[in-house]
Amino acid sequence: MTEASKPLAIALENCAKTFADGTKALEPLDFAIEAGETVVFLGPSGCGKTTTLRIIAGLEEPDAGGRVLFDGEDVTHLPIEQRNVGMVFQSYALFPNMTVAGNIGYGLRIRKTPDAAVKARVAEMLGMMQITKLADRRIDQLSGGQRQRVALARAIAVRPRALLLDEPLTALDAKLRDTLRLDIDKLLRSLGITAIYVTHDQAEAMALGDRIVVMEHGRVAQIGKPREIYQRPATRFVAEFIGTMNRLTGTTKDGVFACSAGSLPWAGAPATATEILFRPEDIRVAESGEVTGLQGTVAAAFFLGDRTRLFVEVGEARPLVIESTARRDFSHGEAVRLAIDPRGLLVL
Amino acid sequence: MRHEVRRLILLLLPAGIFFAAFFLLPMARLFFIGGSGKTGWAAYAAILTDMHYFSSLVSTLGVATATTVATLIISGIAGVFLQRHKFPGNGALVAMLTFPLAFPGVVIGFMVIMLAGRQGLIGQVTQALTGEKLVFAYTMAGLFMGYVYFSIPRTILTVMAAAEKLDPKLEEAARSLGASPWRVALDVIIPGLKPAFISAGAICFATAVGAFGTAFTLAAKINVLPMVIYTEFTLSANIAMAAALSFVLGIVTWLVLAIARTAAGSTVAAAG
Repeated sequence: MTEASKPLAIALENCAKTFADGTKALEPLDFAIEAGETVVFLGPSGCGKTTTLRIIAGLEEPDAGGRVLFDGEDVTHLPIEQRNVGMVFQSYALFPNMTVAGNIGYGLRIRKTPDAAVKARVAEMLGMMQITKLADRRIDQLSGGQRQRVALARAIAVRPRALLLDEPLTALDAKLRDTLRLDIDKLLRSLGITAIYVTHDQAEAMALGDRIVVMEHGRVAQIGKPREIYQRPATRFVAEFIGTMNRLTGTTKDGVFACSAGSLPWAGAPATATEILFRPEDIRVAESGEVTGLQGTVAAAFFLGDRTRLFVEVGEARPLVIESTARRDFSHGEAVRLAIDPRGLLVL
Repeated sequence: MRHEVRRLILLLLPAGIFFAAFFLLPMARLFFIGGSGKTGWAAYAAILTDMHYFSSLVSTLGVATATTVATLIISGIAGVFLQRHKFPGNGALVAMLTFPLAFPGVVIGFMVIMLAGRQGLIGQVTQALTGEKLVFAYTMAGLFMGYVYFSIPRTILTVMAAAEKLDPKLEEAARSLGASPWRVALDVIIPGLKPAFISAGAICFATAVGAFGTAFTLAAKINVLPMVIYTEFTLSANIAMAAALSFVLGIVTWLVLAIARTAAGSTVAAAG
């Protein structure tokens, strides 16, 4: 058996969603997903990411005027059972009245696949997800991680045209999340399937997405590769939602940014910049003897093993976050001099 | 350890006393009275060998089974629908459906007569349409109708409560795998409601086996066990036979409930 089916290209045209009570869940959205691509919809709860997924799946219809295209074919009014998309849910949604093997083979049995072929495919899926020895278990005998593997196997078993994942890792604990994230990544790469992944976890989005769509209040805030989103956020919302962002307010004059922490020479500074943003990795504690015009006091220091996370008070609303790899202790209230790499500075 | 045992016995005592006083002792007494008549223990055998008694046992179980099945189908569909679709008047409709709970069997019987009796609505309509008057109030069909009517409120609320707990994601998952609405009902909704069906069905069955008022009102051609017991007891003064029939009625109902409970228990465990 091979995964011969060609990956699917999906296009959303002018897709908006207003619920019966008048809530606008999704503003008109135009977006194309390339064949074989993994797109992550990322945003806080209520941002419209799950609604978008449900429109693609066929569980919701867009408002009048919106269209969903699968390989150019209009499927807007096609119900989910005829779209042949695999779905994985946060709550696993496994059938409690069937065994693990029964769950995985369900979609094939619906398609009236011969018993022998169902059996072979189920065995193949069990092997792929490394859960062969769970085949005859009841669902209530499985751990969360095992359940999500079964759910993945069940969704893939029918060779769907696209795989839709709705916060699949959110219900799992941190360690399991990391393992399963790696497995999902491997799975998506090896299948070459078009995948749409919804999450509120930016680390998941960065790790899995070929492209990330950041959403806010039913609108797209930014679409881009993980690196672009992280390094060149288009809006303040994106900048603050993805990763940690430090902020300094002040004034720019003659290529020097002056703020409550001191002054920062910045050759390419826009003359109007009154606020600069930068990531924790672009700021460090200066070496002794190094020339720098910035300083602050340590408000808190957490030793994490490979690095120390410092919160440094500089007279702003929020302390600066610094990831220091220096092999030394920091004490509360200690004065530290700071060096910022101007290449990491953003003005939004 | 001994203290623990004493505590358990103490806690079981109220239930134990109740069980002994209202179940074990009367049942034992009933059992022995059943064997004290002119024919002795043969009274029990007569239930199986005497066609009159045996047919009434069979028809009692038959009408109770039919009532249970029909009630579960109607309440299942209506209950899930009423739970899923909130429309103006939804609450009033649910209240109306649960109305017959308060009616005594005699009133139910009277309503069946008004509907399907000699002067009943169905009779008038069929007379106007076909020239032939359809009257079935005084038969098993009338009894069945009355029983379904008063069983629906008992099951519909249980079904609605269970339908509320069904996970909509399960249905979405089944649909994403290609299941038609019919398959979703078969593979997800019905298995999900199974524990509710079993417990509501057991109560429905037991009530239909033991109900007396409706049958008494419709009397005529109806031959169900509660009626036979009544006749044996009051008209024939055959107390032993009445006792034997009562005992068997009790045992059969108890058996059905016990089986239903075991089945429900195992499905509840499986649903985890």
